[in-house]
Amino acid sequence: MATVKPRVKAPKSATTGEIITIKTLISHKMESGQRKDKQGNLIPRQIINHFTARYNGEVVFEVDIEPAISANPYLQFNMRVEEPGEFEFIWNDDDGSVYATKQKLKVG
Amino acid sequence: MELTGKSTVSVFGAVFATLLVPALLIAGQAQANPQGVDTVKVTPTSEGHPFAEIYSGWYFRSPETQRLQEDDFENPAFLWVEQGEELWSEVDGAANKSCASCHNDAADSMATAGANMPKWNEALGKPVNLEQQINLCRTGRMEAEPWKWESNELLSMTSYVKLQSRGQPVEVATDGPMKPWFDKGKEIYYTRVGQLDMACSNCHEDYYGQQIRADRLSQGQTSGFPTYRLKWQKIGSLHRRFKGCMANIRATPYKVGSDEFLALELYTAWRGQGLPVEAPAVRN
Amino acid sequence: MKEVSRRKVLALGTGLVAVAMLPLPALASNEKVMEDIRKFTGGAEAPESSIVKLEVPEIAENGNTVPLSVSVDSPMTADNYVKRVILLAEKNPNPGVATFHFSPRSGVAEASTRMRLATTQNVIAVAELSDGSFHMTKSQVKVTIGGCGG
Repeated sequence: MATVKPRVKAPKSATTGEIITIKTLISHKMESGQRKDKQGNLIPRQIINHFTARYNGEVVFEVDIEPAISANPYLQFNMRVEEPGEFEFIWNDDDGSVYATKQKLKVG
Repeated sequence: MELTGKSTVSVFGAVFATLLVPALLIAGQAQANPQGVDTVKVTPTSEGHPFAEIYSGWYFRSPETQRLQEDDFENPAFLWVEQGEELWSEVDGAANKSCASCHNDAADSMATAGANMPKWNEALGKPVNLEQQINLCRTGRMEAEPWKWESNELLSMTSYVKLQSRGQPVEVATDGPMKPWFDKGKEIYYTRVGQLDMACSNCHEDYYGQQIRADRLSQGQTSGFPTYRLKWQKIGSLHRRFKGCMANIRATPYKVGSDEFLALELYTAWRGQGLPVEAPAVRN
Repeated sequence: MKEVSRRKVLALGTGLVAVAMLPLPALASNEKVMEDIRKFTGGAEAPESSIVKLEVPEIAENGNTVPLSVSVDSPMTADNYVKRVILLAEKNPNPGVATFHFSPRSGVAEASTRMRLATTQNVIAVAELSDGSFHMTKSQVKVTIGGCGG
């Protein structure tokens, strides 16, 4: 993909105490570093190596990611809702790129 | 599943497979349908169809593969659909237009487009499929460069456009000027080629539902294309898939966009008439 | 009409088997997995425990994308929660798959993802609890390779 785009599915509103599920998907080849090109040379590794989910600045969930995670990495996790605020989701690429997206959460 | 040593591909084999398939498929299949379609099994609407019932490729996959298509968010193909949606409104080319300039809202203008391809193009004097139509618009109307067949851009656009027709039953014209193309496609489907001397029908008509090594054979329906294949780890075109099959039987594959594949696309669409457009699907 | 026996087709077809994404030569031995687990636990024991559950398919249609879910039974309160869960694939060239870091805010210690498996093998999950204990479970996934479609 020309641009690496993250997708996030999280509820826009929830009630206090509710445990919500967050799903994320990001387009990325996740080049493992194990494959060889037509000349027999190893194609260098390039993967998303880390994912962080923050809520109001606090880390709620984090993943150390290895090449064994499939291309277009999918991650699903949960959070117990306590107060309204904003999520920030961050993906780190081996090449130093950082992909991020934010989403607000209303609490009623 | 142990394979029996049938020495001839025969009518018996076809009947046997048809009777055996429902039993094989009922065991261990996920209950729900892919998102956006009501059914993956229909009576074909084509006259003279060899089968009493046709099944989309979804039906033959493992429950885990099926589940990837039950939710548009979890379906990795939607990463391309999103890009297609952006490209739809993006101006490109000397004429300073985007797809939206002429076609406005894709949900309206493309509501059935994806279900009727390939279709006759009077100016060219031959049928065109969706990829070719998109490039005709790009070069002719937008004065932009055509996109390569398997480029992310063209894949994104075809998956986005096809999505607008999701749920619509496949219906193609096979009469009038389309007839010779239909006949050509049918001939290709049933002609043995390659070192393994096999025709499409040998697997997809005679033995669908059964195993070829570790793979469960489908009927070879095309309603899910462009498709995210787990094997490719990305979305891919129908012609790419055709090429793969031909390479597997050690035949020299036709080229993407070739007349042969266009004819075959028409014929296989006819074999799938009545099935709802399911694109973008997830297959193994 | 020329006859082709299916056995003949299969014999010829051997050469067409698709190669899995991760090549097979450098398969991890049990040693490497044990070392990864030791590194995770700091040398502490990680006995098999029913509080850790792995949901994986029995047969993976394609080793490229094997969906999995892991969950650990825990109240996830500030003084009793799951800190980390490591996922390992016993026979992959490198066994490490991912490490999930949970917090009491997680509500439940559950996560799902999709992984690559090079061959039929055990997938192992080891959980670290806030009380310093470790718990393990494993599940076998049969990975099929071969079939059609280029």
